[in-house]
Amino acid sequence: MRETPESLVVDPGLDETIKKLTPEKIQTVVEHVLTKENAARLKVYSDTCVHCGLCAEACQTYISRDKDPYYSPVAKVKNTLWELVKNKGRVPPESIRDMSRIVFTECAVCRRCSMYCPFGIDIAYLLLVVRRICSLLGVVPAYLQDTTNSHAATMNQMWVQQDEWIDTLQWQEEEAQAEIPSCRIPLEKEGAEVMYSVIAPEPKILAQLLGNISQIMTVAGIDWTMPATDGWDNSNMAMYSGDFEVMGRVERLHWETAARLKVKKVVMGECGHAFRGAVYDGPRWLGWKFPPIPMVHAIEFYYDLLKSGRIKVREKYKKSVTVQDPCNTVRGRGLGNKLRYVVNELCESFIDVDPRLEHNYCCMAGGGTINCGPPWKRSRMVSNRVKAEQIEATGADVVITPCHNCHSGIEDIVGFYKLKKHVKFISEIMVEVMEIPDSLKA
Amino acid sequence: MFCKDSWDWQPDRKVVADLSRLRSSYAGIEEFAASPDGRVLAALVKTEDDQFTVWANGQEWPDKFELAWCLRFSPSGKLIVLVRIDDEWTVAADGKSWQERFEYAWDPLFGNDGLVVGIKYKRENLYGIAIEDKVWEKSFNGLRDFCLSPDGLRAAATVQVKALREADIFGFFEGVWSVAVDGKAWDKQYINAWNPVFNADGNTVAAEVRTDICDYTIARDNEPWDSRYGCVWAPVFHPRDNSVIAAVRNQGSWMLYRNNEPFWQGRYNQMWNQRLSSDGSRVAAIVSPDFGKWTIAVDDRPWPKLFSDMVLAPVFSPDGQRVAAIVKDGGRWTVAVDGVPFKESFEMIWDPVFSPSGQQMLAMAENSGRFVILANGRKYHKQFQKLWNPVFSPDGKNVLLKYIEDDKYCRQVVPVEELLG
Amino acid sequence: MYDFSRGPLVWIAFGIFLIGSIYRIVSVIKLAKKDKVVLPYMTWKYGLRSILHWITPFGARNMRLRPAFTVMTYLFHLSLLLVPIFTLGHAILWRESWGIDLWALPNLLSKLMTFIVIIAGVIFVLRRIADPAVRFVTSAGDIVLVILVLAPFVTGLMAYYQLAAYQTILIIHIWTGALWLAIIPFTRIAHMLYFALTRAYMGCEFGYVRHSKDW
Ligand code: SF4
Ligand code: SF4
Repeated sequence: MRETPESLVVDPGLDETIKKLTPEKIQTVVEHVLTKENAARLKVYSDTCVHCGLCAEACQTYISRDKDPYYSPVAKVKNTLWELVKNKGRVPPESIRDMSRIVFTECAVCRRCSMYCPFGIDIAYLLLVVRRICSLLGVVPAYLQDTTNSHAATMNQMWVQQDEWIDTLQWQEEEAQAEIPSCRIPLEKEGAEVMYSVIAPEPKILAQLLGNISQIMTVAGIDWTMPATDGWDNSNMAMYSGDFEVMGRVERLHWETAARLKVKKVVMGECGHAFRGAVYDGPRWLGWKFPPIPMVHAIEFYYDLLKSGRIKVREKYKKSVTVQDPCNTVRGRGLGNKLRYVVNELCESFIDVDPRLEHNYCCMAGGGTINCGPPWKRSRMVSNRVKAEQIEATGADVVITPCHNCHSGIEDIVGFYKLKKHVKFISEIMVEVMEIPDSLKA
Repeated sequence: MFCKDSWDWQPDRKVVADLSRLRSSYAGIEEFAASPDGRVLAALVKTEDDQFTVWANGQEWPDKFELAWCLRFSPSGKLIVLVRIDDEWTVAADGKSWQERFEYAWDPLFGNDGLVVGIKYKRENLYGIAIEDKVWEKSFNGLRDFCLSPDGLRAAATVQVKALREADIFGFFEGVWSVAVDGKAWDKQYINAWNPVFNADGNTVAAEVRTDICDYTIARDNEPWDSRYGCVWAPVFHPRDNSVIAAVRNQGSWMLYRNNEPFWQGRYNQMWNQRLSSDGSRVAAIVSPDFGKWTIAVDDRPWPKLFSDMVLAPVFSPDGQRVAAIVKDGGRWTVAVDGVPFKESFEMIWDPVFSPSGQQMLAMAENSGRFVILANGRKYHKQFQKLWNPVFSPDGKNVLLKYIEDDKYCRQVVPVEELLG
Repeated sequence: MYDFSRGPLVWIAFGIFLIGSIYRIVSVIKLAKKDKVVLPYMTWKYGLRSILHWITPFGARNMRLRPAFTVMTYLFHLSLLLVPIFTLGHAILWRESWGIDLWALPNLLSKLMTFIVIIAGVIFVLRRIADPAVRFVTSAGDIVLVILVLAPFVTGLMAYYQLAAYQTILIIHIWTGALWLAIIPFTRIAHMLYFALTRAYMGCEFGYVRHSKDW
């Protein structure tokens, strides 16, 4: 491996953990993952890839780093999985360190490259296989591992204590009541139509979003509830760190909580990876073909509210806006056009990005990359110059990001590249512009 | 149970409360609860001065609270609510607040007799359990899963015994989690511990534990099983011989183990929520024999009928002869009994209730906001605005229905024959 | 030698190709069952939808981003498939050996297509060397493979123009052609067998599961 600024980054999750690795341990884990945990896809993808490099143009890291061949999707596979396969797992601990860096911090498992490979090779899946190996070896960037540990211990992403959770909801209910007196955040209401679930950063650092949703639900007249028990968090970084047992445990609790509350569907806040975890990766590991109870992403929920007239717009948002299409709900759910409908309904002036919809560039914060923490921030920024250029080209004042990872990722980019933009969730604009019926006003 | 014998089982219908009247008397009504015997309807109400109190059958509790939530009847009819007084939280039971006050208190649990209530609490950033106004002697840095012994007198919880610095992954993997029983933590620490459970006598506790990144097992009274598994799910005790039964993931498939020995031979794609009949002679669990297909297995024999969406925990009849479970297929819910689903399916359905003899079975279901009762799978002709789960009389001849219709809360005892039609 | 090459050798090569291909496909489907989460998500509709988009020239964004390369790749693959089957000399062999009457490519066209294969093949090799992203993932095997693929075309052309001892060059042509056929299932040329499978699977993951498109 060559030396780059990235390979010199200090991260105890990589540097310290490899000290405990033995060649035997590495080999056992690699063999187990390659032969026991994976089958057809691994084999066929390895045999089919013709090393054509057509996937390179897809990847924001490759484009942003002046087409450095080292960052093309297939190069990342070559530097990790091919090495492991070729050597049957007989690689030194230092290689595991490098591989861990590549798969966790230089790929956001956004799957854009699968749309550019003529064979539709799922490169993100191949890199996730390597993440799984790293996870079983304990070589995971420290902050990401800590997030997974939080999931394991608390069933949420940010070590939120149970009392903090309920207390925050009660506090935000009061905040919402200051705007609309009849606002509630109904806790543990068995038989409600909707269970609303969020990711842990909402109660931890963005509590006002909970107050916002209380207002939106009240105006729209939705029969909803939130759990007061563990199982409220729909996020899942264990899915990305490769700890599938913890991933499964978290998702099982989330779905069993919805079943316990007897709701007809789960509506989730503006987060992309959480959608992926709750709808695809989690259920699959547990044995559900599809989520056992329908899950509606915020984009779709807002779309329904606006389309059906349950939410009406008083006066459209004035500033010019553009959007960040989150990979996991646009490429991963085809919600791009509904997102545009929502934005056009709420805002006066919408300027689209190019490329857009399924072809949009990843924010390079998803896939667990932003959760790798401060040591890797610079690398992420360098890896996504193209996103900064794309946003700048729209000339819009505000970037709407219906995803927590995108939100933080774009904020980082705005700061790093000194773009003069604001970053907002849809719900923030919605509470600002929606019409509050007189009957609900104080 | 709970002197059900002493309840009024005369077939009759009584209007207990008029909700529209109630609504007009208060600034807000937050939650309703109906007593197990149906004679009391309680509500959490907001008074004019923006305070909370409990209203029960027309009577207000004398105390008012800054904030209150989680209004519940215990199985014996004790009415509790979590309340905030002077910025501190506690439990108020039947109108009387506990002496102990907490920074926060939540998650009330009842003993089986319904006389005892236990809660989790936080004080000065440490966590513990309080039962009937008595706190644990020792509290902990963290506390998550919690259970009471069947008599409600003892408590077990997963606890974090050492504080961790921020993002301390090494400390975490050394193990800082354990299980505390009555405030005393087991000596051994684990990476994680989940779902503690008591045996029937309340003298032994088992829980899931994690001993390495991908090593899981069951621990009982501080002693982990000898083997490690790829994953495990929550254990249960056998009601008679106190053996511990849990699903474990072994070489990629799930098996049911008992005291670390294979109990069932079947290998499943998934298995959880095992339940035992009351004498422990039969075991049923949710299983997935194939990817994306779910059913119930009874004594290691899966029902032939498989369901695509979801299957919920099995319910045994009192004599243990019959097993029923909520199943969801093609987006619709229903109940399957001994492998045979009801003909009709619903938008939502609740756990079925067997008669004491196990011969009859009732379930409540909902379609478009209207509730119905299913008697042996057949719809009773009446519909309700809201319904509580029906209760059989001890002799199995009558059924207690608690419901709201025309905005009136009613208690009605109906002969079983009438429901069966 | 010529008789052996024309007769049994070709038979053997066909045999290896057929049996090898069936073996590869069957074992992949078996493996896919072990992979649990593959087959349950596959549907004809979304599988075919994706395949169609990706065999249509310029049907995917990546093809539109590089038009020249797209045209070349299409012509290369098309010629690569058509020439061996339909070239006039081969059509005669089909009739003589199996009594199958095949339509034959006009001579000029098949010459042209052969040139296309060779030129495109050479450009592929040059691209492997010149484009850093491709060079980075290219192994010696990749180059050897192109040479193996081109060999029967070059020798075929040489035979046609009688550029060397006809009999010798013809034998080399048959041997390289047979080799080419026989190694399909066992080298990266297997992408020809797997294309439909990987494409269909991804098409379903994007379309059936994710309500989205993969082109
Ligand atoms: S970041 Fe996205 S495009 Fe780049 S290699 Fe990873 S999955 Fe592919
Ligand atoms: S585009 Fe596909 S076949 Fe080509 S190098 Fe990338 S992964 Fe391999």
